[in-house]
Amino acid sequence: MTILFWVLCVLGALFAASTITAIFGRFVIRIVYPFCFFSCVILLGFNLFALLSETYTQSLVLPLGLFQTGCHLRLDGLSSFFGVVVNFGAALSSLYAVGYARHEKSPLRIIPFYPAFLASMNLVLLADDAFTYLVAWELMSLVSWALVVSHHTATANRQAGYVYLLMASFGVMALLFAFGILAGPAGQYAFDAMRANHLSGFMAGLVLLVTLVGAGSKAGLFPLHVWLPLAHPAAPSHVSSLMSGVMTKIAVYGFVRIIFDLLGSPTSWWSMLVLALGGITAVMGILYAMFQSDLKRLLAYSTVENIGIIFIGLGLSLAFKANNMPLIAALAMTGALLHVLNHSLFKSLLFFGAGSILNATGKRDIESLGGLIHRMPRTALFFLIGSMSIAALPPLNGFVSEWMTFQAILLSPQLPSWGLKFIVPLVGVLLALTAALASACFIKAYGIIFLGRPRCEVATEAKETDGWSLLSMALISILCVVVGVLPTLFIDALAPVVQSMVGGHMPSQTGINWLSVLPTTDSQTSYNGLVIFVLMTIFALVSVWFIHGFASRRVRKAPIWDCGFPDSSPITQYSASSFSQPIRKIFGAILFRAQEIVDMPEPGETRPAIFKALLVDVIWKYLYEPLAQGVDFISSRLILLQFLTIRRYLMMTFFALISLLIVVALWK
Amino acid sequence: MEITFNNALIQTTQMFVVPLLAPLLCGIIRKIKARLLRRRGASVLQPYRDLWKLLCKDVVPAPNASWIYRSAPYIIFSTTWVVFCLVPTFSTHLLLNGAADFIALVGLLASARFALALAGMDIGTSFGGIGSSREVMISTFAEPATLMVVFTVAMIAHTTQLSLIADFFIHEPLILRISTALTLTTLITVLIAENGRVPVDNPATHLELTMVHEAMILEYSGRHLALIELAAMLKLMLYMSIFACLFLPFGMISDTSHLSSACVALLIYCLKMAVGGLMLGVAETSVAKMRVFRVSEFLGIGLMLGLLAVLLLFASEGIK
Repeated sequence: MTILFWVLCVLGALFAASTITAIFGRFVIRIVYPFCFFSCVILLGFNLFALLSETYTQSLVLPLGLFQTGCHLRLDGLSSFFGVVVNFGAALSSLYAVGYARHEKSPLRIIPFYPAFLASMNLVLLADDAFTYLVAWELMSLVSWALVVSHHTATANRQAGYVYLLMASFGVMALLFAFGILAGPAGQYAFDAMRANHLSGFMAGLVLLVTLVGAGSKAGLFPLHVWLPLAHPAAPSHVSSLMSGVMTKIAVYGFVRIIFDLLGSPTSWWSMLVLALGGITAVMGILYAMFQSDLKRLLAYSTVENIGIIFIGLGLSLAFKANNMPLIAALAMTGALLHVLNHSLFKSLLFFGAGSILNATGKRDIESLGGLIHRMPRTALFFLIGSMSIAALPPLNGFVSEWMTFQAILLSPQLPSWGLKFIVPLVGVLLALTAALASACFIKAYGIIFLGRPRCEVATEAKETDGWSLLSMALISILCVVVGVLPTLFIDALAPVVQSMVGGHMPSQTGINWLSVLPTTDSQTSYNGLVIFVLMTIFALVSVWFIHGFASRRVRKAPIWDCGFPDSSPITQYSASSFSQPIRKIFGAILFRAQEIVDMPEPGETRPAIFKALLVDVIWKYLYEPLAQGVDFISSRLILLQFLTIRRYLMMTFFALISLLIVVALWK
Repeated sequence: MEITFNNALIQTTQMFVVPLLAPLLCGIIRKIKARLLRRRGASVLQPYRDLWKLLCKDVVPAPNASWIYRSAPYIIFSTTWVVFCLVPTFSTHLLLNGAADFIALVGLLASARFALALAGMDIGTSFGGIGSSREVMISTFAEPATLMVVFTVAMIAHTTQLSLIADFFIHEPLILRISTALTLTTLITVLIAENGRVPVDNPATHLELTMVHEAMILEYSGRHLALIELAAMLKLMLYMSIFACLFLPFGMISDTSHLSSACVALLIYCLKMAVGGLMLGVAETSVAKMRVFRVSEFLGIGLMLGLLAVLLLFASEGIK
């Protein structure tokens, strides 16, 4: 019996669990999440084994699915790496949910869909023909839609579900086209046949465009990101973490699978497109996040940013692959894949933290929180680790993958294409700007939520979250540090995956130079997270020892000084929107049409002064609203067609037939 | 890199002796500024006395101070210190070279700033908030600008390892390149902004709505304040050392076999720092502080010049 078989058995068990909970939900509430946890741990083990046993590939054809094609399944390096990412995130979400879901008011709206969601994500990774792939993809979208609208009583959630459903259908339609072109005129839908198929330059470019739309709409590429900040916050927090941390990675998997694996050799302009989109997505995502005050929306927008960073890495990898530099392509690809892992870790962690805050205070709006570090010290610690990781600060994990991307950018002057010569440095500055803004954004989020004085009654009475949630957060936090300090282990594990995608891999990292990361074999540059971490710890301890030993260790509590003018009301503290005001003023004036309206009463008037900061979501206003209006307009005109007599319908059929015949005649 | 006695000695000097000079540099700058304003000014050793005085005083935190407030000074200081160990000052030959490149150093300084900005928000005063908010605003420009400097020098020297870049600049005959000149401007703007020097922020003021760094650390006292002050002094010297090793690399040793030449190099380094301090003092007294929102223009220019330098290098790579 092969691993693939056992994986399928576990997936079958998860689907069965969904069915059973749909029928006997009330009786199995307690065991659904533990069951999902153990299933995911088993799947994680299988995928990890497949990943670490180097060139492990297994395939299986089931007599299901498309006629004559069958249902092809395959477990190779790429799918097992993404399998590890997905199942690790899923296992910890399930563990978190064991505690978190006790607060759930209507658990029966969630648990039937949850196991199916996990299983369908795994199925996408295993699919080896277009039909199975799309069915699994659609299943994943639909089940997650059901989870998004689980709290359907709030209007905002229903709207979010609607937008999500639209974008998901749109995306899958684009993927359908991509697979249609890849399958060629013979209609060979198995991936093996697609790999063998060589498309002309134009057709291949078309596939890239529709894949960018299809996978990009799921991943959250700008400007297709609009559903993420609506749908991710609407779902319960353990599902939000799955959607943001894990499901967007399935979209990245789809992109890598189609573009790097199925489509054959790339050309330079593809990478320019991907790079430009990645850069814009990253900066816009983090700017949007900077101006949010809803914590879960902020995290969803920061997912958009991280997807941008991943696509920058993938774009660089495409550029180097197109110009026959597989070693540097491998560096960029490894950076992108490592960021996939890293983002799934810290985004899950931060969403868990957001869920705990939501449970403790009932609030998602950070403007009314504050001082939670005293009420929820452990959550505060884990959230801090997550924030520092996502802000790409050494020695934590987010930094390593961004460092690798920067190294790839620095090697790109060797590229011969002029377009790339201009676009890569611009993307470099966008990436640098993103890193700085991410740091600013998470200083804001952390400072407003956990530090300062509580801004409302609920925040003063918040209680620390339950043990299961803390356990899952602790596990991820540890992993964030481990990946940051010992990235070489993970880079080595990625080598076979990268080898199969770009035809080269990074130099073997373990054993050389005390666990330093080396970008390429002949490079003299290195980074060693372990040494940095150890040095920081030693130096901090030395300074504590010196000061406490030789100077002073006395502490005397006294009221807040605040330059002699302390204000007792916590409302005078800096708020999230005042914190981001300078950045809003600098970046928002053009990109978001930011305006500040001050309504100052005349002397003698008793009404209060009013200050308003207005931001316009330019994408909604100038892209989606006109689009929606256009669709509305057309459908209001076409509605006439629904009220015709049968005679007219028959006539229309007749004319349609005639016109089609004319088309066919002209075609020949 | 092989561990020899000389290498270890040089790394240790760099780690433990050179940082001790940071308050002296600060004292020199203050002295120069005072003399230029026709005041006598305190002794150049005054920063040492101030630091020791602060170290021996009680810490007076607010009742709602959290562990972030208490640990941030240690984190800020130790991170800055780690960076200092890795920046070549008088020798490009350091044992810990391989641990972090220039990008990682920028990242580490960002970590220190992260801790500082959080510490500013911990007590929940509006001064702390204003300081942190402005600090991150400045850093959103200063950090990319620094990275543009990194890009430029890394593309000239084909590595991002600071010591190797310095080595390259020592042995490469000085060529005037447009990109280097642009980068020089960028680095100067970054140096001024990151260290809160005059046109951007005034290290000498309190109780002024334009302050940035001082606003963040307003609630700090005693040993915590001493550590933050020392970290700020170290950071200034750090940036000046980076400046020196990129643009004035003469006198640095790359061969550690003779300790006597190392001593000479150390002296030359001290001289460079003193001259740098002199120039900074003169510059600071001759310009007025700008409004906070002008800072973004000031740094934006730096960033754009840096980007221009990078673009020039990217383009010229194909021509060669």
